[in-house]
Amino acid sequence: MVKKTEENLAGVKDILARYPANRGSLIPVLQDVQEDLGYLSEEAVEELARLMDISANEIYGVATFYTQFRFNPPGRHNIQSCQGTACHVRGGLQILNDLQQRLRITAGQTTADGQFDLERVACVGCCALAPVVVVDGKVHAQMTAKKIPSVLSKYGYKKGKVKA
Amino acid sequence: MTSSLQQIFAEAKTKWRRLQESEIPVFFVGAATCGRAAGAAEVLQSLRGHIKAKKVKARVIEVGCLGPCSFEPLVIVHKSGAPRVCYANIGPDEIIHILENYVLGDDPCTKWALGTMTPGQLDGIKDFNEHPMMRRQVRNILRNCGLIDPENVHHYLAREGYRGFLKALEIGPDETLEQVKSAGLRGRGGAGFPTWRKWQFCRDAAGKTKYLICNADEGDPGAFMNRSLIEGDPHAVLEGMLIAAFTLGVSQGYIYCRAEYPLAIHRLETALSQMRELGLLGENIQGSGFSFDLTIKKGAGAFVCGEETALIASIEGRRGMPQPRPPFPAVSGLFEKPTVIQNVETLGNLPLILRNGAGWYTQYGSDSSKGTKTFALAGKIERTGLVEVPLGTTLATIIEQIGGGVPDGKALKAVQTGGPSGGCIPAEKMDLPVDYEALAEAGCIMGSGGMIVLDEDSCMVDIARYFLSFTQAESCGKCSPCRVGTRAMLSILERIAAGEGQMADLEKLEQIARTVKDGSLCGLGQTAPNPVLTTLRYFRDEYVEHIEKGRCPAFVCSAMISYHIDRDRCSGCGACARVCPVEAISGEKKKPHVISQEICIRCGACLGACPSRFAAVYRRSGELIRYEQRKNSRKQQKNKDQLT
Repeated sequence: MVKKTEENLAGVKDILARYPANRGSLIPVLQDVQEDLGYLSEEAVEELARLMDISANEIYGVATFYTQFRFNPPGRHNIQSCQGTACHVRGGLQILNDLQQRLRITAGQTTADGQFDLERVACVGCCALAPVVVVDGKVHAQMTAKKIPSVLSKYGYKKGKVKA
Repeated sequence: MTSSLQQIFAEAKTKWRRLQESEIPVFFVGAATCGRAAGAAEVLQSLRGHIKAKKVKARVIEVGCLGPCSFEPLVIVHKSGAPRVCYANIGPDEIIHILENYVLGDDPCTKWALGTMTPGQLDGIKDFNEHPMMRRQVRNILRNCGLIDPENVHHYLAREGYRGFLKALEIGPDETLEQVKSAGLRGRGGAGFPTWRKWQFCRDAAGKTKYLICNADEGDPGAFMNRSLIEGDPHAVLEGMLIAAFTLGVSQGYIYCRAEYPLAIHRLETALSQMRELGLLGENIQGSGFSFDLTIKKGAGAFVCGEETALIASIEGRRGMPQPRPPFPAVSGLFEKPTVIQNVETLGNLPLILRNGAGWYTQYGSDSSKGTKTFALAGKIERTGLVEVPLGTTLATIIEQIGGGVPDGKALKAVQTGGPSGGCIPAEKMDLPVDYEALAEAGCIMGSGGMIVLDEDSCMVDIARYFLSFTQAESCGKCSPCRVGTRAMLSILERIAAGEGQMADLEKLEQIARTVKDGSLCGLGQTAPNPVLTTLRYFRDEYVEHIEKGRCPAFVCSAMISYHIDRDRCSGCGACARVCPVEAISGEKKKPHVISQEICIRCGACLGACPSRFAAVYRRSGELIRYEQRKNSRKQQKNKDQLT
């Protein structure tokens, strides 16, 4: 869950202390901050900039380059739709479209009720079981449009409940 | 070798032998990422729960991936006095059945058996190595995967682990380099650059501080060789790093691993601490005067970071953008020091070469490409999985014999190798030997080992568009041929896929592709046009059909296809309406339903949902479709009936 601002900033300091104080630590630090907060909040990035003595712009420059980093709070459940080659030829795009329709969001967004966020990922390395959808780290193999409602319902999805 | 290490080797051997001859039954459950995705975690839970509840004396060991992914979850069962049996597609109920009936009883559950893993006869179960998927394989790099506990270093040590590194210490760096040179080892990351030459550059470079980086940023969508090797046998890669570092005189190394591979990272962390305990990492390793330490760096998701100079920028905490070369990293790389970057699999080869000698190694492979290579076989293929074959093996052997061909009686169309940097090899070229030169000649590349099989349902325009949309999104934007060129090519391909292409587009596409290939700064841009160029070379007809007839023969390009319900065949069961994600299907119960073309997103869910006894949902593309013909003939029949 998303923590309060004050807690955020204390956490940033603790994370920074785990790494050598040099530029090379920036990406691991950002990864840890994101793991802690669920995303890179504006306050956290500014605090990091102050403590590491590099500009916030510079940090955003690095963070936005990599697909791993997100800048809005995640949903309660994270859904990753794999768009690797094997998943693509086995209909991965249809699965993603279907998820987008059902959740009424596009990839990269969080549902209005904060229940789900949807990500498109390049490849999770389960190509032999394509197409796959990963929900909260659990891989659901050989997905079909038919299987989506039952997978989602395990995480509290009800048809028609998700509002745009 | 210090006496303490010798003692540990002896201990490991004893432990391993005891496991082989174990009186109590042992379950080896394949629990790599792919195994877990197939349900290995549930199998483990069910098995452990049952063993505890029933107080059965048995051991459960989690192992890596054995390779045949389509048979996952795989469980190998050891029972004293019988050969080990590998069981396929085992779920939580099947495992209990095996435990009750085979392990505690005497029914070997032959129907689930894939093969025997050790010599001996059991109810006519065939040798695992004689299975069609295994027979043509040579498992050298993957020799431990799926057989040892990757978190138990004793298993690795008992199977001659770290002997390659000790051999290197014994013969010294010069002779080690000589061995790698005469083995003819070439980089397994894709380009196939001779490993020894890279090492020679680095050794010749001035300065004392040098770095070694293991590139485990397996960014190719459709490839999972490196993940499997690290998850199944992490010490093999780390031993390779020790050998390379010793030869190069490097004291600090990095492993750059994708953050998307949490289990692989966990396995590496465990293995590193085991190495430290054994005195195989740190200061003055085994009294040799050679010191080496390793740090794991998690990649943050950027395909371009597979490129050497971009990877270096990422480790330095910057945007992963490539640098012009020269200077090559071997001369000026990480923190401007000489740096050697090796792919996971290249490193995995080193212990084999050192331990068995270059002569042994070169018995495998073709004239120009020595040794074996792992491939991740996926896509439209019967038996998916991780396979290892000698270089020079033909595509037909890999696809037809090992992979079992295309499922559902469909026709093979092409094989895609090398991911977004590679190309599509058409079905008529299946006798092509897989080595660096032969693939390059076909306009393709070996790549790191991703091999995606495409059948008649795969649209080649769509495949080209897919790869280009990937490289376009992953282009770092530094140089304009790649940044602008991939965008321009992509928009042409999107236009063709949308049915708005023109014949002049094909020429333009080829022209831009050549410019991007010649003008881009790094490997990403230089190879990005490959999927376009190879599909244009081998499947030009398909492009033409899209442009001139507005038809996608594979029914993939959604703008060109539409879904309909045959009023005469629809029974109104509502199966299609229930799966439609956009509620485009309407109709009363038991009355023919209708698909609203305005709402329909052409996902095809209804086609799959319509019960085969009705087969009322059909699709069409362009003017001609099989179904349409049938409908017309029925109409004619009707007219005839009315006339008579």
